[in-house]
Amino acid sequence: MSDSPNLLHLAVALDGAGWHPAAWREPDARPRELFTPRYWVDQIQQAERGLLDFVTIEDSLRLQSDDPFAPDARTDRVRGRIDATLIAARVAPVTQHIGLVPTVVVNHTEPFHLSKAIATIDYASTGRAGVRVQLDARADTNAHFGRREAPPPLRREDYADINAPELRARLSESFDEAAAYVEVLRRLWDSWEDDAEIRDVATGRFIDRDKLHYIDFESKWFSVKGPSITPRPPQGQPLVTSLGHATVPYQLIARSTDVGFVTPFDATQAAAIVAEIRAEQEAAGRASETIHVFADLVVFLDNTHEEAVNRKARLDELAGGEYTSDALIFVGTASELADLLVEWQAAGIAGYRLRPGAVPHDLAQITDALVPELQRRGAFRTSYEATTLRGLLGLARPVSRYAAIGGRA
Amino acid sequence: MSKPRKQVHLAAHFPGVNNTTVWSDPAGGSHIEFDSFKHFAQTAERGKFDFLFLAEGLRLREQGGKIYDLDVVGRPDTFTVLAAIAAVTEHLGVTGTINSTFNEPYEVARQFASLDWLSDGRAAWNVVTSWDAFTGENFRRGGFLPQEQRYERAKTFLQTAIELWDSWKGDEIVADKETGQFLSTPTAGSFAHKDAQFDIAGQFNVPRSPQGRPVIFQAGDSDEGRDFAAAQADAIFSRHSKFEDGQAFYADVKGRLARFGRTPDQLLILPSATFVLGDTDEDAAEIAREVRLQQVSPATAVAFLEQLWNTDLSGFDPDGPLPSFDPVVTDVEGLISKGRASVRQFAKDPVGLANEWRQIAAAKQLSAREVIVEVTGRQSFIGSAETIATEINRYVQEDASDGFILVPHITPGGLDPFVDQVVPLLQERGVYRTEYEGTTLRDNLGLAPIGAQVTA
Repeated sequence: MSDSPNLLHLAVALDGAGWHPAAWREPDARPRELFTPRYWVDQIQQAERGLLDFVTIEDSLRLQSDDPFAPDARTDRVRGRIDATLIAARVAPVTQHIGLVPTVVVNHTEPFHLSKAIATIDYASTGRAGVRVQLDARADTNAHFGRREAPPPLRREDYADINAPELRARLSESFDEAAAYVEVLRRLWDSWEDDAEIRDVATGRFIDRDKLHYIDFESKWFSVKGPSITPRPPQGQPLVTSLGHATVPYQLIARSTDVGFVTPFDATQAAAIVAEIRAEQEAAGRASETIHVFADLVVFLDNTHEEAVNRKARLDELAGGEYTSDALIFVGTASELADLLVEWQAAGIAGYRLRPGAVPHDLAQITDALVPELQRRGAFRTSYEATTLRGLLGLARPVSRYAAIGGRA
Repeated sequence: MSKPRKQVHLAAHFPGVNNTTVWSDPAGGSHIEFDSFKHFAQTAERGKFDFLFLAEGLRLREQGGKIYDLDVVGRPDTFTVLAAIAAVTEHLGVTGTINSTFNEPYEVARQFASLDWLSDGRAAWNVVTSWDAFTGENFRRGGFLPQEQRYERAKTFLQTAIELWDSWKGDEIVADKETGQFLSTPTAGSFAHKDAQFDIAGQFNVPRSPQGRPVIFQAGDSDEGRDFAAAQADAIFSRHSKFEDGQAFYADVKGRLARFGRTPDQLLILPSATFVLGDTDEDAAEIAREVRLQQVSPATAVAFLEQLWNTDLSGFDPDGPLPSFDPVVTDVEGLISKGRASVRQFAKDPVGLANEWRQIAAAKQLSAREVIVEVTGRQSFIGSAETIATEINRYVQEDASDGFILVPHITPGGLDPFVDQVVPLLQERGVYRTEYEGTTLRDNLGLAPIGAQVTA
């Protein structure tokens, strides 16, 4: 399990035609193909040619909206998407090395279904599956589901003071539910020990049922009996990731994930966020485990700084306003970006999730310009060194938590 | 001039978690590794089959409070494995069984619409209801519904899903780079549905998929199920039966269509069927006997007896006679076997059924295990390739079915000999395709496109 400390990790976050709202209008964009399998296969195979660790695929259980609290009725932006988990599954058999990490909204879905879905992608990719867990408490999303027990949605006015105790309590409640959801995923992945299938013809037994375990998970939100219907996946524990911008989501990263995505705007902030997550990790009793902190960046890359600035300005003009983001927006050359990545790496950032401003342009810049630049600096792999996603990230394959107990659970 | 010959439809059911799947055979491979699904799907496509079919089971079966360990245990998630299969096939339909009890319409509708996009128009949904609180223990929405509400929920669930799929007409994506207009209307995907089961509204977020909606299957032979199929399904997945019973079922279901304003060509009847292929009919019969013994090991025979007698029979000798005492009578919830639909039949009149088995044992001088071999047999077609091709064609031409969903007993290679030997004979007779006719599953099933139905 080699994880050279000098090498940084790279992921790309795929969403529609790219993260800039006018990206779909670029001459090389393929906006009419966003819903076809070919479009996703092309992007992810391109990322794989760049030796990237993994791709994430955005998703939501509602139509996209520029308004964070309600539908926006816009017709000049990409609207509509297909299920990210199924995109990952569709791409798995036609890629060989790259990790596949779909986004899943956890507060409206069944952990039992999702656990076996991610396990199945892990089988179809022979060990390259992960998941990014996300919460969506918007009123318009709630209205798509019949859950009567859903808490009242968060509204714009609830965010008037980000540090208000009421808001923090509400967020803690939601994130506790997300942590419970991840706990169910993880227990179900472990609920079959690796050697449970025995095919013992003499006794007629296909499995050793003492190696299958009820998970008996109970919480105020849901209970799940188990075991999974799907045997333990190749990685044992597929990768769990989440994005956070504040203390409560950092706690989820620390408690539940293998990779946390954060959004610092400079190296000092990056160091502070990493320190906060490490402290939370220790508080959660996971100090000995590896949790990679990745920084999210939106990137607009060109051969010269000026070209990148001009392209970004042109896209902003098409969109009718300057593009803003929760993450730092980087505009420049691959070499300039490499400087930043290496600088933040020294602040404790293990890798980056790059959000290409426009696809295919910025994705190609990442794979064909940034990656070679980082390789020249000895900061990125020159070939895939492992066959699983956990392996690429230097994470060992854990034994089932139930195997450690032994015997009947 | 005789009427034109019907075309046989064939589909392949990935071998499941029943004793009919012989895992103990040296040729038996993995039931979970993707290579098995790839091999099976590509064999079906080589045989020009319409689709691959997956069943569903959302809780591992138990007997006597313990996980049942004698059959294949473990299966993949349906949606994701079908999406992956779509990557390694070009024409084969991908049909998933998804229940309406432990899911929500918005989520299932977007998963099927996505699967239809990702397979370029090859998705199909076998709509089922889940029937037990036992399975509900794995789900946050948990619980279960009384029998009559389960069908009600299935109907309204499907209706709601159709409303979601139809919420996009298909022309909303303009994507005009010059003008900057992506959507033709801000109300794309708008829906509102309110009934006793669901009260949801908003915007569906998957644009209209290549088929408009997945092909709809209904499984089950009950009167209620037949009406449900006649009203809304494109195909019915039924149990295999004897030729005359098949004709009666076929006539009954097709006869119901007119009541719902539909024509007989709008619903295919595709029974499940198994096969045992040999070089000669005698050879096949001998293999069939061996397969039956593999399917009913001594331990499996005792397990079957326990299901009917509803009591622990550990230590029982399956090579001796049937138990002399009568079964323990209980309601469905009191059965020692959990998660298995077949035992509901046993629960109806266990003493009567035990007496039937005793009569068979007495008449044929059979041991307990031999009785189980006899009464649980589901081998539909046994014979040489010539015999099987003739028999399948007879069922189709004489309206006992429109084709079959074949379940081999070996994973993943059990379909290969059928494709290599029986398919060419059907093709020679001109009753089976030599090339796929269309690009979507609807095309290949001979069903009219959804759009044409709407405007007709």
